[in-house]
Amino acid sequence: MKILVPCKRVVDPYVKIRVKADQSGVELNNVKMALNPFDEIAVEEAVRLKEKGVATEVIVVTIGPALAGEMLRTAMAIGADRGIHVPFDGETQPLAVAKVLAALVKREQPQLVLMGKQAIDDDCNQTGQMLAALLNWPQGTFASKLTVADGKAEVVREIDGGLETLALTLPAVITTDLRLNTPRYATLPNIMKAKKKPLDTVQAAELGVDLTPRLKLLKVTEPPKRQAGSKVPDVATLVAKLRDEAKVL
Amino acid sequence: MQTLVIAEHDNQKLKPVTRHVVGAAGAFGAPVTVLVLGQDCGAVAQEAAQIAGVSNVLLVEDAAYAHALPEALAPQIVAIAKSYSHVLAGATVEGKNLLPRVAALLDVAQISEITAIESPEIFVRPVYAGNALATVQSADAIKVITVRATAFAPAAATGGSAAVQTVAAAPGASGSSFVNRSLSQSTRPDLTAARVVVSGGRGLGSAENFKLIDALADKLGAAVGASRAAVDAGYVPNDYQVGQTGKVVAPELYIAVGISGAIQHLAGMSNSKVIVAINKDPDAPIFGVADYGLVADLFQAVPELTAALS
Ligand SMILES: Cc1cc2nc3c(=O)[nH]c(=O)nc-3n(C[C@H](O)[C@H](O)[C@H](O)COP(=O)(O)OP(=O)(O)OC[C@H]3O[C@@H](n4cnc5c(N)ncnc54)[C@H](O)[C@@H]3O)c2cc1C
Ligand SMILES: Nc1ncnc2c1ncn2[C@@H]1O[C@H](COP(=O)(O)O)[C@@H](O)[C@H]1O
Repeated sequence: MKILVPCKRVVDPYVKIRVKADQSGVELNNVKMALNPFDEIAVEEAVRLKEKGVATEVIVVTIGPALAGEMLRTAMAIGADRGIHVPFDGETQPLAVAKVLAALVKREQPQLVLMGKQAIDDDCNQTGQMLAALLNWPQGTFASKLTVADGKAEVVREIDGGLETLALTLPAVITTDLRLNTPRYATLPNIMKAKKKPLDTVQAAELGVDLTPRLKLLKVTEPPKRQAGSKVPDVATLVAKLRDEAKVL
Repeated sequence: MQTLVIAEHDNQKLKPVTRHVVGAAGAFGAPVTVLVLGQDCGAVAQEAAQIAGVSNVLLVEDAAYAHALPEALAPQIVAIAKSYSHVLAGATVEGKNLLPRVAALLDVAQISEITAIESPEIFVRPVYAGNALATVQSADAIKVITVRATAFAPAAATGGSAAVQTVAAAPGASGSSFVNRSLSQSTRPDLTAARVVVSGGRGLGSAENFKLIDALADKLGAAVGASRAAVDAGYVPNDYQVGQTGKVVAPELYIAVGISGAIQHLAGMSNSKVIVAINKDPDAPIFGVADYGLVADLFQAVPELTAALS
């Protein structure tokens, strides 16, 4: 069984981003970038399934600029076997990404697509659900536990009131939540090995997909700044302030 | 223009988020239809019909809809959505699970977690954990949108008198089956709707110590939240997590205890009206957003605060 893992290159989660003065977007020049944390969890899960003998091959794919293609080496250092880079220089939007992934699924015939629940730049939380729709596959989103056996996937999902368990018939799309696993650190030998793994380039046009953004971005602005208030010396002052000044008690 | 709101419910009662979505839909100035899909959920449809501003309720009942599986629901919603200009649901786990599937089947973009409506095709939504706001325009014939509840006032629960119309069910084939649900049992108010939220972080140190947070919350009639670190460490269940990838709250009073204030946490609570931080590190970033900061050891300050409120 093959597993396909879509990976997005995003601004590192611990970087404080800056909105551009001309409101055209967020400053990405000279900003530290990273593999989307949820996708890293998806790669780790796929590699574990391979190590358990459930999967035979883990293929990582990204749609983005040349540096995104390079970033697939990070996923291959965790243990993915090969990569596919679909070059695109602009903003990628979930529906178009899902269409590219659906076309690649037709080519590669994986039984499982494991991907992040959310890209931490656009915060869309859409692509996995859209891919499942386009393929008419079942979906197990926000997974915190995954068991794959006998053509089925049992998925424990993090939902608003607690946890939910679903049984999915493969092929299926699974999206990862934070508590699915803790990704390993890539070792130096594995980083070296990753450099030699196959990385193919496939054009979106070959797949018949137009990546032009569907939603038009009119502007990006800073949220209103919250003023820091004051420190209070003790609990008694805090209670008094909450009662008399803020009037919330 | 016509707006379709997908109701969220447990087959017995409507979730409060649906009234916030109806409230948001009011901005379009177009008739609002609420779609109730479920199993034996007539009572939910009746409840929806009472909401102020709702002109129509559609009720579709089938055993396949009992657990809101998107594989079953999406094709039905798509069939109905074709006569609407806007399809809205709450930006809850359920809404996020469902609407992208609907949008893809309609071949339209989905607009996630909007916080403002500028016109029937222009919307504002937070990106980068709320550190930037994107204003986006949709040219799609049907706009499929999830709505952040805290950004829109709810429509009144009563005052409407919409007719309830039953629609024949046509569930999609699924490949997915429901096994079980384990819901956190709590007598406290719902985290996303509470007037006061008390949240604990890694500083609490253990599940046992979280009782300090519970005691303070009980005194205030508050809901209890947590940082990711506290959830990851197993102090509290996953549904307590507040933040970029957890719940978004905007209570009148938010008390952060032993939480450093990472951007991902701030994304979930920085729109609270009054923020209190209790942390022993005077340089913790949480103090940068707190109206009232108390630099103290939480193991002393929290019991003292609980006692002072008696
Ligand atoms: C992709 C991604 C998504 C994320 N999503 C979320 C999310 O949704 N929500 C979220 O919260 N986080 C999220 N995080 C994690 C986030 O980056 C932080 O790691 C997390 O919020 C830290 O939790 P914390 O403040 O409890 O722990 P810490 O950062 O360890 O802070 C603990 C604080 O407790 C204080 N403290 C310790 N002992 C005491 C004491 N005795 N008295 C008083 N104060 C004390 C310390 O001074 C410290 O400030 C996410 C991270 C990533 C990468
Ligand atoms: N440009 C992209 N290339 C590869 N995978 C992507 C891309 N955009 C989104 N994804 C995948 O879709 C998931 C959800 O993204 P989103 O719907 O944008 O929040 C991510 O975690 C990735 O797994």
